[in-house]
Amino acid sequence: MNEEFIDIWAFLAASPLLWLTMTLVVFLASLWLNRRLGGSMVLHPVLLSMALLMGILLLTGTDYDTYFDGAQFIHFMLGPATVALAIPLFEFRHEIRKLLFPLLIAGMTGACVAAASAVMMATVLGADRVTLLSLAPKSVTSPIAMGIAEKIGGLPSLTAALVLLTGAIGCMLSPLLIRLMGIEDDRVKGFAMGLSAHGFGTAQAFGISATAGAFAGLGLSLAGIMTAFLLPGVLPWLPGLSS
Amino acid sequence: MLQAITLILLCQLAGEITVQMLDLPFPGPVLGMLLLFVGLMVRGEIPDGLKQVSDFLLRHLALLFVPAGVGLMAHFGLVARDWMPILAALVVSTALALVVTMAILSALIRFRSRSDE
Repeated sequence: MNEEFIDIWAFLAASPLLWLTMTLVVFLASLWLNRRLGGSMVLHPVLLSMALLMGILLLTGTDYDTYFDGAQFIHFMLGPATVALAIPLFEFRHEIRKLLFPLLIAGMTGACVAAASAVMMATVLGADRVTLLSLAPKSVTSPIAMGIAEKIGGLPSLTAALVLLTGAIGCMLSPLLIRLMGIEDDRVKGFAMGLSAHGFGTAQAFGISATAGAFAGLGLSLAGIMTAFLLPGVLPWLPGLSS
Repeated sequence: MLQAITLILLCQLAGEITVQMLDLPFPGPVLGMLLLFVGLMVRGEIPDGLKQVSDFLLRHLALLFVPAGVGLMAHFGLVARDWMPILAALVVSTALALVVTMAILSALIRFRSRSDE
């Protein structure tokens, strides 16, 4: 019996089916658990799923590459989902056009603050140069951020990890800050969440309302495009990085 | 439905190819989104199937980050080395970015609605 189980496990653990299914099951369980616990953002379903899956992988001695063989089918959908953001943008095009100038000003300032404050804070606390360079593009959606990190001399893999942490932190902080600042406009909430916490923030904003989601998609795109073009030029002027 | 999925993938593909050819600093799907947006502007309305597919994708957007998120596992060592400055920098900068963006945007919206009156 035990041996049979090991055989079946060996077969399953190497097939994409197991880890694809496991990711979906764990995510659904996390959604359920999060709802049972009152929807606290510290136990964000994505964070909960990540922690549970890491635990399962460590316990079963499965490496990340084997896991990703199955989970890549879900990961792949990020591309089409990004393209699909065009639909809410189109639906809210009149509102966006009305606010084009405020959105551009707020977006540019927010993106600069995100990058500059992260680098300065880490400089003061004595992080090394590679960490600083990997930190600069962290507010941007991961494919853009990794490309920028590579261009400016950071570590793309470290940047990817920092991007994820930023998204998670953004999801935890935003409900609190929204309440503290007394923001009631879904357009403002969504835009700030997409701008500072990329896809994580956008996913959360769609949970607030369709308007918040559409503006989050806009914030995400704007932050990505502006950071990609501006950061390589601005970076040499930041303290700690002037070489 | 099938046409909508094909259309989305075609936009992404066109985006990827353009980005590769012109060596642009942002990823293909972002350009694909712009292409689809321009296409919708030209057409003036959203085809039925496309709305369904995008609603499905965007409603479950959070799930799509899980596989990459688990990849954090592979960076434990890197993050552990500088964890204090990293964590402080991420928390402070993310909070600042949220506060500054929300403050400026709501101030500008308020200013505009007042000057409209």
